[in-house]
Amino acid sequence: MLTFTIRRLILAIPTLLFISFIIFLIVKLSPSDPTAGLPLTIPPEVREQIRESLGVNDPVFVQYFKWLKLMMWDEPLHLIWVEDGWLYRFEDYLYAREICPHPPHLTQLERTDLFPDGDYNSCIFDEYGPRIISYQTRSPVMELILQRMPQTLWVVGTSYIVGILIALPLGIISAYRQYSWFDQLGTFVSMIGFSVPTFFTGVLFIVIFAVNLGWFPSVYDTTLEVTDWETFKQQFRQMIMPVMVLGLFNASQISRYMRASMLDNLNQDYVRTARAKGLSESVVVLVHVLRNSMIPVVTVIALNVPAVFGGAIITEQVFKVNGIGQLLIIAIQAGDVPVVQTVSFIFAVLIVLFNLLADILYGVLDPRIRYD
Amino acid sequence: MPDGAAPQNSDASDPTVLDVRDLKTVFRTRRGEVHAVNNVSFHLRAGELLGVVGESGSGKSVTMMSLIRLLPMPPAEIRAGVVDFDDMDLMQASEDQLRAIRGARIGMIFQDPMTSLNPVFNVGYQLMEPLRKHMGLGKEAARKRSVELLELVGIPDAARRLKDYPHQFSGGMRQRVMIAIALACDPKVLIADEPTTALDVTIQAQILELVKELRQKLGMAIVWITHDLGVIAGIADRVMVMYGGQVVEEAPVRELFANPKHPYTRMLLETVPSLSGERNDRLQVIQGQPPMLARDPDSCAFRDRCPHAFDRCAAENPLLRDVGPDGHRAACFWDGDTQGEEAVHA
Repeated sequence: MLTFTIRRLILAIPTLLFISFIIFLIVKLSPSDPTAGLPLTIPPEVREQIRESLGVNDPVFVQYFKWLKLMMWDEPLHLIWVEDGWLYRFEDYLYAREICPHPPHLTQLERTDLFPDGDYNSCIFDEYGPRIISYQTRSPVMELILQRMPQTLWVVGTSYIVGILIALPLGIISAYRQYSWFDQLGTFVSMIGFSVPTFFTGVLFIVIFAVNLGWFPSVYDTTLEVTDWETFKQQFRQMIMPVMVLGLFNASQISRYMRASMLDNLNQDYVRTARAKGLSESVVVLVHVLRNSMIPVVTVIALNVPAVFGGAIITEQVFKVNGIGQLLIIAIQAGDVPVVQTVSFIFAVLIVLFNLLADILYGVLDPRIRYD
Repeated sequence: MPDGAAPQNSDASDPTVLDVRDLKTVFRTRRGEVHAVNNVSFHLRAGELLGVVGESGSGKSVTMMSLIRLLPMPPAEIRAGVVDFDDMDLMQASEDQLRAIRGARIGMIFQDPMTSLNPVFNVGYQLMEPLRKHMGLGKEAARKRSVELLELVGIPDAARRLKDYPHQFSGGMRQRVMIAIALACDPKVLIADEPTTALDVTIQAQILELVKELRQKLGMAIVWITHDLGVIAGIADRVMVMYGGQVVEEAPVRELFANPKHPYTRMLLETVPSLSGERNDRLQVIQGQPPMLARDPDSCAFRDRCPHAFDRCAAENPLLRDVGPDGHRAACFWDGDTQGEEAVHA
């Protein structure tokens, strides 16, 4: 298993390089201009200078390798720094050791305070090493992603967990009581949840629960910080609708897999053997059948995890959650190549990793599968 | 129950451990009911090996599954019957009572050892499950007993193999594991549902040897379901022939092979290819298909394929009657005299 994992990890490197190059080409092929979003009053020659300074006029390959070097070499240095067995973020480390005089995470106010000339980025380049910089915001892409990630993980991650928690028992009971009213209802609801798009259910929920009933806020407030019980309740309330909309969708999908997989196994001979041994129904179903049925379901669940990090582009838009999905959409609209490229690449890494994880889980759950 | 002289290996005076009377099982399907088991009665004595023969769909397995209620219900439905086992009517017993019997006092082995074991649990776990549940053994005691059981069924290096998964065993070895599981709690009755059908001939012979040997050692009563008459001849004390969900003939094994009365039994015996004597160019077959009974039989189920059928066979369903010594009974109006079919027209 270890050999298999190492081999797969090594194989992932050329795969990811290839994926990153394809993403880069696709993004570059799109006829977008990083200066298009700038005010019209900017004269063309200035625009040209801006383009020149962003490196947009360099050959595509040069641009790609510049990005690649930043992504593979410089960015990891900013993420972690190991000393005395401790993990630091590089900037924190430099600041703590007074190598760099400026704290790495600055609010807008502190920034203008410390850099009245708006020269914030120069410090980043000069003292913290080069970074991938967004065309739009002129701040490091990784910082943008780290800012957005918590929102996405909270909303989309919770909805995924809620979806799984609903789907597993639903699928198990549906299959065990096949064609019962519970199964009929469950299948009907999951068919609806599966086929109705989230931008529809999302708006529907807003109309019913936010506008008509006024139970929940219709807009997700990302500036809310949970500090006490009151703000926790507020956070909980604003999460309910997006989590339910996405959770319904996830639950529908996973419960169908669960049900089908349980049905496949319930008629197997080994189930009869288990009953012939005098085991109780709960042991037969929840130990013997479930363990077998979980094999494909766990794989599906693992394969869908990268989508959680990817955020739910549409649902995030509907509920105004500034997550990763929304960052990506705005970056695409603004032709912000570094953001699009980096975010897409991170998705690619996650997808490759979770594919590997699914394969490993498969081997762990099913003793018939051995990779060595 | 008309019991004549003693059968071969077991004694007629042995107590009856399992007594089935008028068992009736029906499957409800979309296309109506299928009467799979029709008023089947039989008994099993302590230490006896009862062979149950019949072609596919004759109700052999369904009868045995019915009596410990292991059939999926619905679609199956047990309409009538009394099954006396351990001073209890299994048909009236609660699910809990039945679970205490299954795997403990009645063990079962199934046809396909490739699929009968759970692929994701190791053999030791599957073997220890009934031990821990029925005998209340702790982990260590169950382990010890499992090793003994695997050794008993002839699996070498038993202690190490407990950790192996079913796919690491060959077909014959898996069937041995199944036997070990069935015997785990010293059952009084072992129901073997075509345990050698899915195995190749040499392995089949090994398993038969093993069962014979275990029977000597442990002395449980066995119901051996098969469609292989050769197997029955080598192992059974008494044979029950089933057709169309009914018992059509039952007799001690020698009596049945020497003196088959029911036309179906006779034809079944003729289909067995013989190595000695005149060589037949073609395999003997019984023409036609076994019936799918859509209602309670009111005529002989075999009459469409029977060379001796006459009017009465269509008018009523023959009941088992004594036709020979040692409790030899057959459900047929024909008296077995090939010349004088008219003789029966009484």
